[in-house]
Amino acid sequence: MKKIALLGMPNTGKSTLFNRLTGSSSRVGNWPGITVELLSGKILLGNEMVEVIDLPGIYDMHGFSEDEQVVRHFLHDNVPDLALIVLNATQIERQISLLLQLKQFNLNMVVLLNMADESRKLGITIDAEKMSSALGLPVFLLSAKYGTGYPEALHAITQSLHSSPPAMTETVRSLLEQDEHIEREISRVLRDTVQIPALLPDNLTDQLDRFMLHPWLGLPIFFGIMYLLFQAIFLLGQPLQIGVNELFGWLREIAIAPLLGGLPHALQGLLLDGVYNGIVTVAAFVPLIVLFFLFMAIVEDTGYLSRAAFLMDALMSKMGLDGRSFVMLLMGFGCNVPALMGTRVMRSRSHRLLSMLVIPFSLCSARLQVFVFISAALFSPKAAPLVLFSLYLFSFAAAILTAVIFKRHYPNTEPFVLELPPYRFPTLRQMAMRGWLEVYQFLHRASKFIIAGVVLVWLLTNLPPSATPASSATFAGMIGSWLHPIFAPLGVTPDLTLALIFGFVAKEIVIGSLAVIYGLSGQALSGALAAQLDWVQAYSFMLFTLIYTPCLSTIATLRNESGSAKFMGFSIIWSLCLAWLLSFAFYQSARALGF
Amino acid sequence: MTARYGIILNIVNAYTYNPPMTLSSMNPGEIATIISIHTDEALHQRLLAMGFRAGKTIQLIRKAQFSGPLQVRIGTTDILLRKAEAEKIMVQT
Repeated sequence: MKKIALLGMPNTGKSTLFNRLTGSSSRVGNWPGITVELLSGKILLGNEMVEVIDLPGIYDMHGFSEDEQVVRHFLHDNVPDLALIVLNATQIERQISLLLQLKQFNLNMVVLLNMADESRKLGITIDAEKMSSALGLPVFLLSAKYGTGYPEALHAITQSLHSSPPAMTETVRSLLEQDEHIEREISRVLRDTVQIPALLPDNLTDQLDRFMLHPWLGLPIFFGIMYLLFQAIFLLGQPLQIGVNELFGWLREIAIAPLLGGLPHALQGLLLDGVYNGIVTVAAFVPLIVLFFLFMAIVEDTGYLSRAAFLMDALMSKMGLDGRSFVMLLMGFGCNVPALMGTRVMRSRSHRLLSMLVIPFSLCSARLQVFVFISAALFSPKAAPLVLFSLYLFSFAAAILTAVIFKRHYPNTEPFVLELPPYRFPTLRQMAMRGWLEVYQFLHRASKFIIAGVVLVWLLTNLPPSATPASSATFAGMIGSWLHPIFAPLGVTPDLTLALIFGFVAKEIVIGSLAVIYGLSGQALSGALAAQLDWVQAYSFMLFTLIYTPCLSTIATLRNESGSAKFMGFSIIWSLCLAWLLSFAFYQSARALGF
Repeated sequence: MTARYGIILNIVNAYTYNPPMTLSSMNPGEIATIISIHTDEALHQRLLAMGFRAGKTIQLIRKAQFSGPLQVRIGTTDILLRKAEAEKIMVQT
């Protein structure tokens, strides 16, 4: 099958174009020569199936970041039949350097000047035909976001695929050294083809930034936006979750339970209370994840995340981190796994390790699920959002504390130079695509984990067969009481201790495992928790859940990204210690104060 | 007499009004020309890729609070960089 690679700098709308090309058919996969996974999709072009691969955005072909190395190694070991070079038309005078670097590889290329809609608004005129003859390459203006110019470009791509196979020289490095040649080429190509007004008009971005990045208003606006985001997710997500739970409960009553009625009692229990409950736990997550990433897509695609980096950098640099670490920390509030992967843009290894040590403290959507349930069960509707907000503050505090303690071990020497994109309105299509992709990845990655985890809990709470389910005679009860001396000073009961053990696998199964342990679900489980725990115990349990190791997926990612089992082990042990110490301090001082 | 005075004034002007300074000492809104970049090889290359080159016009848009990063504009690109890095870039207004 022929391969098409997408190449370009960050902020060129490369991913938007990729999504437009592949629709929702994309998958994550491994490639020879590189260790990271890349997004690719198979599409029908003309009359043949081709594979489109989205390479990481890079600034130059001989850079030192991991992404730049990934691109080089990928091209070396997987010479594409066609390279689509995506450039941001509004920054053409600077981005063309990458194109000219790539041109020297003699790859079969088509140049796509994306964001033509924006460049037109800025008064930048580009003569694509003239540029095409100056470069000796097909050049197309288009807007991947709105689709203008897309059919023409697609036609040219199909044509180019049929032309002769590319030649790849072994002397990649020496070719790339020729900076001076590239500079001469830049002026030659740009002289007659591009006209940029001397001073850009005072546009909407500048006007908005006057408020958003205001010396004194900027930070309060930032925290206000974050607070509103959490409130919105809480207010919209909870009813949706209850709805999904009720729907599955109803399905169980009318269809699943009667269907399994003929089976032996123990098998029925395993399928209904183990497997089916696991599926319900997974399903209840979907609306929350969609909501979270819809909001996250807005914050990210509008360009506000870079503004957050600007506002927070002064504070973050004191902790040995930078604005980008903060952005990754924020991404971690969705899911720690992509946030850990995102640290690849950092060039200094020690800086990257420190960021990776800090990110797992981000209160991810899986933990949010646990906290939403428990705070709704133990606190009044008025107090619950405040409890949730305080946990977000603890999440930041744990991250800050960790960074401050370990910043000397991971000294930061990396410069902070970051591009600030203009504000853009994400289209509904972009947002829907993002929500769908995240849910798909969640279902793909987490569902097996979660269902297996819930089934395992069911087995532990029902075996040996002689024991009363979920009693102290079961394996679960034995583990709980064995660990009890460690958890008693935190106010954590043996039942909750068991839930914590399974939370080590994935936080998604904590509530599911409680449902099995208590033999109750939904409102009934809330009631049982409220009857058995007071708020100090519940909060202590939530603190521990917040801070100790997020899940096996995070652990696997830590191991992969750091390339060090030692670092992974260190991260696990540190988070367990910190979780115990903070919960202990909270529980004992709350009790000492008479609560 | 006046002509000579004028020449002297020009020389004085050149040294007193337009001395080279670091990017970090510019004020928001000011426009200057990049004279030289004094960084290590890796950062130099990254800055080149982002459009920092001797002779290019650069505008300081704003500075973040608490000695935070600077927002500068070169051509059509806005870039954030820290004070420490901005101190290694010499400009002239």
